[in-house]
Amino acid sequence: MTETTENVTTDHTDDLPQFPAPRSTENPFAPPPGLLALHDRGEAVVRVRHWDGTTPWVAVTHEAQRQVLSSPSVSANIAAEGYPVTTPAMKAHAAHAEPGLNNTDGAEHTRWRRMLTNSFTRKRMALLRPEIQQITDELIDNMLAGPNPTELNEALSLPLPSLMICALLGVPYEDHDFFQAHAGVVNSTTKTPEQGAATVKALHEYIAGLIEKKMAHPREDVLTDLGEKIREGVLAWDEAQRLGLMLLVAGHDTSANMITLGTALLLRNPEQLAGLRENSGDERFVTNAVEELLRYLTLPHLLARRAVVEDFEIEGVTIRKGEGVISSLPAANWDPAAFPAPGALDLTRNASHHLAFGWGPHQCVGQQLARIELQVVFGTLFRKVPTLRLAADFESLRFKHDSQAYGIYELPVAW
Amino acid sequence: MEILIDEDRCVAAGQCVAVAPAVFDQRDEDGIAVLVNENTPAALAGDVEQAIAMCPAMAITVLE
Repeated sequence: MTETTENVTTDHTDDLPQFPAPRSTENPFAPPPGLLALHDRGEAVVRVRHWDGTTPWVAVTHEAQRQVLSSPSVSANIAAEGYPVTTPAMKAHAAHAEPGLNNTDGAEHTRWRRMLTNSFTRKRMALLRPEIQQITDELIDNMLAGPNPTELNEALSLPLPSLMICALLGVPYEDHDFFQAHAGVVNSTTKTPEQGAATVKALHEYIAGLIEKKMAHPREDVLTDLGEKIREGVLAWDEAQRLGLMLLVAGHDTSANMITLGTALLLRNPEQLAGLRENSGDERFVTNAVEELLRYLTLPHLLARRAVVEDFEIEGVTIRKGEGVISSLPAANWDPAAFPAPGALDLTRNASHHLAFGWGPHQCVGQQLARIELQVVFGTLFRKVPTLRLAADFESLRFKHDSQAYGIYELPVAW
Repeated sequence: MEILIDEDRCVAAGQCVAVAPAVFDQRDEDGIAVLVNENTPAALAGDVEQAIAMCPAMAITVLE
């Protein structure tokens, strides 16, 4: 590296591990070998060379990440000094980012969170299971009645979570091409700041239009609730728009990518797949299997990130105010101390302590919905389509290396 | 056994309900964790321990 940066803190900057590191082509489901190698150093936190030349810490171990993500000494504010930004677009946008669910701390964050928590309780999500099962059955039946081979994102992975989040929020499903494409840009790591801003603006306008309709014609859905909160004066218009955008994007893109990635991973692991197929009717087995898939794949592969707002210590290392910490969730979920032989996909292991939904106060608000969607899909797909197979060379699959939500762009399948 | 839930810390992730449904529930109006029974039988101590380990907000404590 010939360029110099302001944040160089040692004379041996070339020795720092790169973050993010590239994945291997042999097993693109696994975290990057360069990330996993950090476990061999026996250090809870390691200083890295970030994509933008800065030198934040990476919290490597499962235990260190639980400490970081629950510490009051860190902030999720992307404008805070030292915050390790994920993308060039985020860097450009950070200084004037408005507060929301994902970038606030403490009592301010609690206020945001409480706007949504009643809509995503485990009980309410469990009531959706019959509907999720029915939609899944219909989508798979339609797939089987259509052309063979087909593409799984279009046939199943995108429609199921999109239909569910549309029903929950009160978004017309007919608009799915619009919001799915825009979600792709929101999650892209290579978008320009202009593309990012234009996409967010379009989604905000779209959400505002929907909330206006709900205020005129209330329904039983989250956007109606947000409209009601605007009317009560407890939520501003722009705040409601930001919450709506986050729910719509995070509410379908993540589950969709998990369905496609999980299916591809299982097709590459026939013994594990056979076990799942045989035990499809066993809710406990399937529930456990989904936690292992979540662990192994850790879809939010570039998260979680924090700025340090007061000095604090992790296992003997002092992290200073103004430094950044990347709590690398895939590293936690492949920590051999927390998950023995982490590279072995084992649908029967206890993986429930994984951090695929994050940890601390920002842990995913929609996780109970995602779990039920995944339990239904993986408990149904291989039972209804026992001959499901890849319909393309594995090597030709394009993995989403350039997205904050890891996935596969197209998964051709046949049966 | 006496269990304390710190409502300010609770982020309504639902993890306690997932691992210890006989002990914890979520309030309908805001998803905050509540106890199913004020007095939790000691026989459920194992479930409570799991819920404490799984709570991302460290909002659950047992009074000894």
